[in-house]
Amino acid sequence: MDLSAINPILLIAALMSAATPILLAATGELVVERAGVLNLGVEGMMITGAICGFSIAVETGSPTTGFIAAAVGGAVLSLLFALLTQVTLANQVASGLALTLFGLGISSLLGQGYVGVKPPRMPDVNFGPLSEIPVIGPILFSHDPLLYVGLLLVAGVWAVLRFTRAGLVLRAVGENHDAAHALGYKVVRIRILAIMFGGALAGMGGAYISLIRVPQWTEGMTAGVGWIALALVVFASWKPWRVLLGAYLFGGITQLQLNLQGAGVAIPVEYLAMSPYVITIVVLVMLSADKSAAPGSLGRSFHASS
Amino acid sequence: MIRLEKRPRPSRTFAWATPLLAVLATFFFGGVLFALLGKDPVQSILTIFWQPLFGEFSFFYRPQLLIKGAPLVLIAIGLSLGFRAGIWNIGAEGQYIMGALFGAGVGLAFYPAEGVFIFPLMVIAGAFGGWAWAMIPAVLKVRFGTNEILVSLMLVYVAEQFLASMSLGLMKNPEGFGFPGSRNLQQYPSAHNAEIITNSGMHWGVVAAMIAVIFAYVLLARHRLGFAVRVTGEAPRAARFSGVNPGRLILFCLGTSGMLAGLAGLFEVSGPAGQVSIDFNVGYGFTAIIVAFLGRLHPVGIVLAGLLMALTYIGGDIAQSQLGLPAAAIQVFQGMLLFFLLAFDLFTNYRLRFGRTEAA
Amino acid sequence: MKLTTLFAGAAVALGLATVAVADGHEKTKVGFVYVGPIGDGGWTYEHDKGRLMVEKELGDAVETVYVENVAEGPDSERVMTQMALDGADLIFTTSFGYMDPTINIAAKFPDVKFEHATGYKRADNVSTYSARFYEGRAIQGHIAGKMTKSNIVGYIGSFPIPEVIRGINSAYIHASKVNPDVEFKIIWVYTWFDPAKEADAAKTLIEQGADVVLQHTDSTAPQAAAQEAGNVVTFGQASDMAQYAPFPRVSSIIDEWGPYYVARTKAVMDGTWESMDTWDGIGAGMVGIGEISDAVPADVKEEALALKAAIADGSYHAFTGPINKQDGSAWLADGETADDGTLAGMNFYVEGIQGDIPQ
Repeated sequence: MDLSAINPILLIAALMSAATPILLAATGELVVERAGVLNLGVEGMMITGAICGFSIAVETGSPTTGFIAAAVGGAVLSLLFALLTQVTLANQVASGLALTLFGLGISSLLGQGYVGVKPPRMPDVNFGPLSEIPVIGPILFSHDPLLYVGLLLVAGVWAVLRFTRAGLVLRAVGENHDAAHALGYKVVRIRILAIMFGGALAGMGGAYISLIRVPQWTEGMTAGVGWIALALVVFASWKPWRVLLGAYLFGGITQLQLNLQGAGVAIPVEYLAMSPYVITIVVLVMLSADKSAAPGSLGRSFHASS
Repeated sequence: MIRLEKRPRPSRTFAWATPLLAVLATFFFGGVLFALLGKDPVQSILTIFWQPLFGEFSFFYRPQLLIKGAPLVLIAIGLSLGFRAGIWNIGAEGQYIMGALFGAGVGLAFYPAEGVFIFPLMVIAGAFGGWAWAMIPAVLKVRFGTNEILVSLMLVYVAEQFLASMSLGLMKNPEGFGFPGSRNLQQYPSAHNAEIITNSGMHWGVVAAMIAVIFAYVLLARHRLGFAVRVTGEAPRAARFSGVNPGRLILFCLGTSGMLAGLAGLFEVSGPAGQVSIDFNVGYGFTAIIVAFLGRLHPVGIVLAGLLMALTYIGGDIAQSQLGLPAAAIQVFQGMLLFFLLAFDLFTNYRLRFGRTEAA
Repeated sequence: MKLTTLFAGAAVALGLATVAVADGHEKTKVGFVYVGPIGDGGWTYEHDKGRLMVEKELGDAVETVYVENVAEGPDSERVMTQMALDGADLIFTTSFGYMDPTINIAAKFPDVKFEHATGYKRADNVSTYSARFYEGRAIQGHIAGKMTKSNIVGYIGSFPIPEVIRGINSAYIHASKVNPDVEFKIIWVYTWFDPAKEADAAKTLIEQGADVVLQHTDSTAPQAAAQEAGNVVTFGQASDMAQYAPFPRVSSIIDEWGPYYVARTKAVMDGTWESMDTWDGIGAGMVGIGEISDAVPADVKEEALALKAAIADGSYHAFTGPINKQDGSAWLADGETADDGTLAGMNFYVEGIQGDIPQ
């Protein structure tokens, strides 16, 4: 055992990058759920975003264009979910699961020509001398632009939900759609927009995996990250900053587990591998006392006449 | 202007007609997809739906429908009880794994002793394993109000790690030359869930699924507990007034669904699959959620939905090998089927009104 | 018209068979059962390349069919049966978990030949085949031992099964032979397939000081992580991963199933097929060694090529004594080579590797 091999600074920097796909997807899903909609199709939207982003980045040579395409791809797929749940009032749990199945299938059809291709690389943001500062430099100023976009999105969602009228309306729709409707808000329209926002962010999260973290395209490469993102939203009791905290905690446990293995700590590996999930459950239990934040209309269909 | 109007009660006609409409719509759009992939659409759809049922080798495929459909139905029946009451067990996959591990564990512990008591003991152990795993989210929900969707889902990943650990460690076949995976229970008569009639596909899991369907039907239609389930889902506040204990209902629904998922796992590991291995679970626990909804959470509907899903899997594999359709195309096709079923369900509860909007 | 299409659809296989028999020139039908999608870029992808080679080499004389994403267990039995019913003459089942299903189905179709990859159960109509990837690991180990400056070699393992452990041992033996100070850091990811996790594992190893990363997982994630780090050596796995050459990828182990598939299909065609156990390595061409790039110093490259040649012509065995087990007990005496039985079920580390195999 050699714990000195673990470098805490690099560990933190690594967990920030590892957490970004979950962070993006969970922030999107948070907005969706705040509007009162439960979309379990995050995994499907992420994998679709992963291939849309990958293929467009390869074709255009521009990772930035790739990320835009990923957001569009995720949003378009989420529109299917919106149509099912908002227009035809289908059950949200079943629609979300169907969306995941569909997304996994469609992504592998789209990705058939892209196996073994190397995508263009997205360079890290150049902070100049800032990245040379000891400790803070490697942690804060040595990442790719999307990681910062993720952080800005969390801050943005927090600010919009808290300080703006749009955020207020969104929350009203999520808390009590009948009351919001009575006040004259377009419940369905607002929810569709929220769902598309969630889809776009999930798509970007997927593309972060296929373009930055791995980077390559293989079928099913998101490997369950979408489900973790869903768990994170509840874990965070629907608060943006807690999503950030949760994503880093989850990413951190995963990274720490790998680091402990590398350092030769004699803990059975399979128990280390299950630790992130067990710890998530423990934290869920600890946080479940706080029920104030759950949107009142979460998961319920809305129809104006009902 | 088209307007939706809620029906006073769900339409019986549409409850039966919408699945047919959905299947027809899927045929059409699926056909377009197959044509885009350069395959003959008519032939593709016939291969998926006709060949397993009425084709040349249907004598082989029909029993396969039971083998593939039984675990789906068994799990979906349990889930449907909870779903009706608004209790969301998404982690049946984990309960399925734990049922298989507990059941197979008991069987392997007795190896090589023979005895008629071994298989029944395994069944009990399997049911217990699934039940116990589902009790974790149930107790946490009752005691702390923790969200059961997420806890049950997280426990799937934990169960998968247990499965890997067991196949590589404790349950590894000592005569397997160090390869992962347990002894094959098919070669251990006392623990083998063999076909009851050879080549019929009928194994004890199929029987259990049938019993579960009847049990659920009677429970929902006749029993007080079934009433509690229905009323809690439809009107939670009214349920409290009528004396339903929500905590007990959560324990019952999650426990039952866990138990049935555990049984499905046990029957699978001791029968068709034969052994505990790293990749033992193939997603029945998740597919069963879809089956439960396709079947409208109704026992008879679930049987039909389970068989339909099984048919698309079996026919899909045939289409892959005979026509070279990629597996992903089959997945998209299944996704479409679900989308259309869910979308057309609208007409069961609502009707379309054409004309001007009246004052709200 | 409807009825004819129905029957046309239903009787494709039989129709083909009867027509073919009628003109006395039957197409040989070869089936492939895949555990993953052919787009996985690794294990299944390489098997499918083998299938395409059969089609290319044997042209009109063969017809190949495949089913991807087939779960081990009853699904695989169904798919094999379906292929056999549809008239397949030869079926390759390409995952260890298909072992018992293959034996079960082969018993029901004595006239159909089966080939099971990486297993150990055979029958009159069931052969087994596998590749001696550990031979390639020996060459990687040699290059790794020579090129590491930090003396820390990282190793990403999937699951602790004999195949993976064999690779670790082989790499370690040859790395420590040229560099006694070398240390192996091993991370088990406990998944066959999760590129993001592989990326994390690779980054972790690099952060902990590894400047060579070996992988027993199939994605290019570790290559990309190494490229970003700048000074870390990697090797392609399953496919050549030439898109990361000449650096960080300095060489690779390539799964070459094609020649074997062609040979076995030919054997079925001329009736010489027999049940046998094939465990081929570099010599027979089942294990390919990707080009050693110029990032490797010329003398090291020369040694590596000499090692490759010695393994290929059989004059050197990758497990040649003296080798002790991890606990210090003797395993192979001086000059003794490991027998295939021990290798096949290898469940111990050799002396010098730190840590325990997870159980």
